[in-house]
Amino acid sequence: MTDVTLAVKNLRKTIGRKEIIKGLNFELHKGEVFGFLGPNGAGKTTTIRMLTGLIKPTTGSISICGFDVRRDFTKAMQYLGCIVENPELYPYLSGWDNLLHFARMLPSISEKQIEETIRFVGLDDRIHDKVKTYSLGMRQRLGIAQALLNRPKVLILDEPTNGLDPAGIREMRQFIRNLAENEGLSVLVSSHLLSEIQLLCDRVAIMQKGEIISVDSVENLLTKQEKLAWKVSPLQRGKEILERFTEVQVEDGYIFTPLIDEKAAEWSKTLMEEGISILEMNRKIPVLEDLFLQLTGGETVD
Amino acid sequence: MIKLIHNEMMKILARKRLIVIALITAVLVALFTYAQYKETLERQEKLGSDWRAQVQAQIVDISNRLSSSRMSEDLRERLQITLKQSQYYLDHDINPTEPGAPSFVRMFIENAGSMFIPLLVMVVASDLVSSEHTLGSIKLLLTRPVKRWQILLSKYLALILSISIIIAIVGVLAYLLSGVVFGYRGMNAPIITGFTAQGGNLDTSEVRLVSQWRFLFMEFGLVWFVAVVVGTLSFMLSVLIRSTAAGMGIMLAALISGSILSNMVSSWEFAKYLFMVNLNLTGYLSGVAPPIEGMTLLFSITLLFIWWLASLFVSFLVFTTQDVY
Repeated sequence: MTDVTLAVKNLRKTIGRKEIIKGLNFELHKGEVFGFLGPNGAGKTTTIRMLTGLIKPTTGSISICGFDVRRDFTKAMQYLGCIVENPELYPYLSGWDNLLHFARMLPSISEKQIEETIRFVGLDDRIHDKVKTYSLGMRQRLGIAQALLNRPKVLILDEPTNGLDPAGIREMRQFIRNLAENEGLSVLVSSHLLSEIQLLCDRVAIMQKGEIISVDSVENLLTKQEKLAWKVSPLQRGKEILERFTEVQVEDGYIFTPLIDEKAAEWSKTLMEEGISILEMNRKIPVLEDLFLQLTGGETVD
Repeated sequence: MIKLIHNEMMKILARKRLIVIALITAVLVALFTYAQYKETLERQEKLGSDWRAQVQAQIVDISNRLSSSRMSEDLRERLQITLKQSQYYLDHDINPTEPGAPSFVRMFIENAGSMFIPLLVMVVASDLVSSEHTLGSIKLLLTRPVKRWQILLSKYLALILSISIIIAIVGVLAYLLSGVVFGYRGMNAPIITGFTAQGGNLDTSEVRLVSQWRFLFMEFGLVWFVAVVVGTLSFMLSVLIRSTAAGMGIMLAALISGSILSNMVSSWEFAKYLFMVNLNLTGYLSGVAPPIEGMTLLFSITLLFIWWLASLFVSFLVFTTQDVY
């Protein structure tokens, strides 16, 4: 595998006696968006901090484009761009000075490259204003600009859509997809929102209590867990009919069946023939809790 | 490395700390100048206005005493030095009771060296690292392809540069502002130095005359050294404590307790190993008795150097190994 850009092997972190991260293994490939999904406190941020060299792992290795983060820190960091949590830039400096500040920390970045990056994130008109006058969306874009200054191969974004409005979230999503598809970056995105990951990522790792409990493509992991919600009248009779074909659950007046595209039409036809009116048919994305329940076999999220 | 220091200076300047410091200094200098001016007026009223006659009388008096044979060698030397000084005043038309700008600067720096300047330095030093934590920008700073010790070193060098600028600001402002009132003469006036107070006696074996500008130069050197030590200690606190306010509070408490201790603890010998009672280095030059017996200029400098080295070591050790959350 030559297109592996980030490789994590047996990563562990112990604080005091408590093991916070319990042996993570995963790889990022060129041009993919990789999601890190888990509830708050699952260890996503701790993991990201280890990837970016802010926290020392207790054991295990992280390599970025073949350079070990601990042994070859400066070389590894040349290929990495990141925003850990919010992009906390200097509010008392202008956007331009902020970028200049971070460009000075990189080997040979010209002003022209800074200007290109600014144009790329679309901040041209306000770049000389002080950052404290920026909106959250603009700060987010400036944050991305500083992460992209060194033309990284790997981009790590911790909760990139946190605090953005719906338009901002959409914009951010397109931006990230564009980076992966057209610029060939590997992007690692963490989120606690299932819908977010589903729309954005190619592959996803699900974390819980410091462990990755599953790594798979979004397709396999989430889409297959999608369900079809039926609202039929009368309910009891409808349930009996659907039970003939598949597993059925009843909750809050809805009947849930697995989502199998070609079967759905057939089932609804049968229901109609039996004289049952279908009031509503809905695809249901599983909520995170349900997904965890399925993956962990009943252990609750806490 | 120059680029990194440039970054740090850009941040310090953008927060306008140095301008605030310059303003504070200007206000204080103006106040002191006025106070000094008042005092001079009062003294002239008391002593009469003809200072030349007084100095002349003093010279005659000393000459008479010197011609008497029953006198210890020690006293003779001291009197000769005083004689030389008085003669110089007369020859160069300097009124010893009326300070020129250089004398004012000397007085100001002697009084500011152990408290005021360390305070100014603290304003810059104490949030150099902790503000990055408070802002969260530390996470951006430490994920660049630059080693942590280089980042800290650039901050430290920026601090040293700022300290030098602060002291230059204090010196220049004190000279320029006070000169408006007192005139700018007296750079070459002789200053007596070399007294050492030992066990209640004044040891005058090392006493000599030094020209004012040289004396000022030495004093500024010592004050700079004190400022660097205090700056480094605040810098360490800034690395250790994430909260700027807490760091500043601790440093402030230490500085104030230093000046209280200096007045109180002459019997508590161990106190001389605390850095804060050793800050008045210029006192050794002008012959002020040290707060605790047995303290010398060399002792204080060595002690401060050890404190400096230790805090620098701790800063770098902690900064390069700590986990950043």
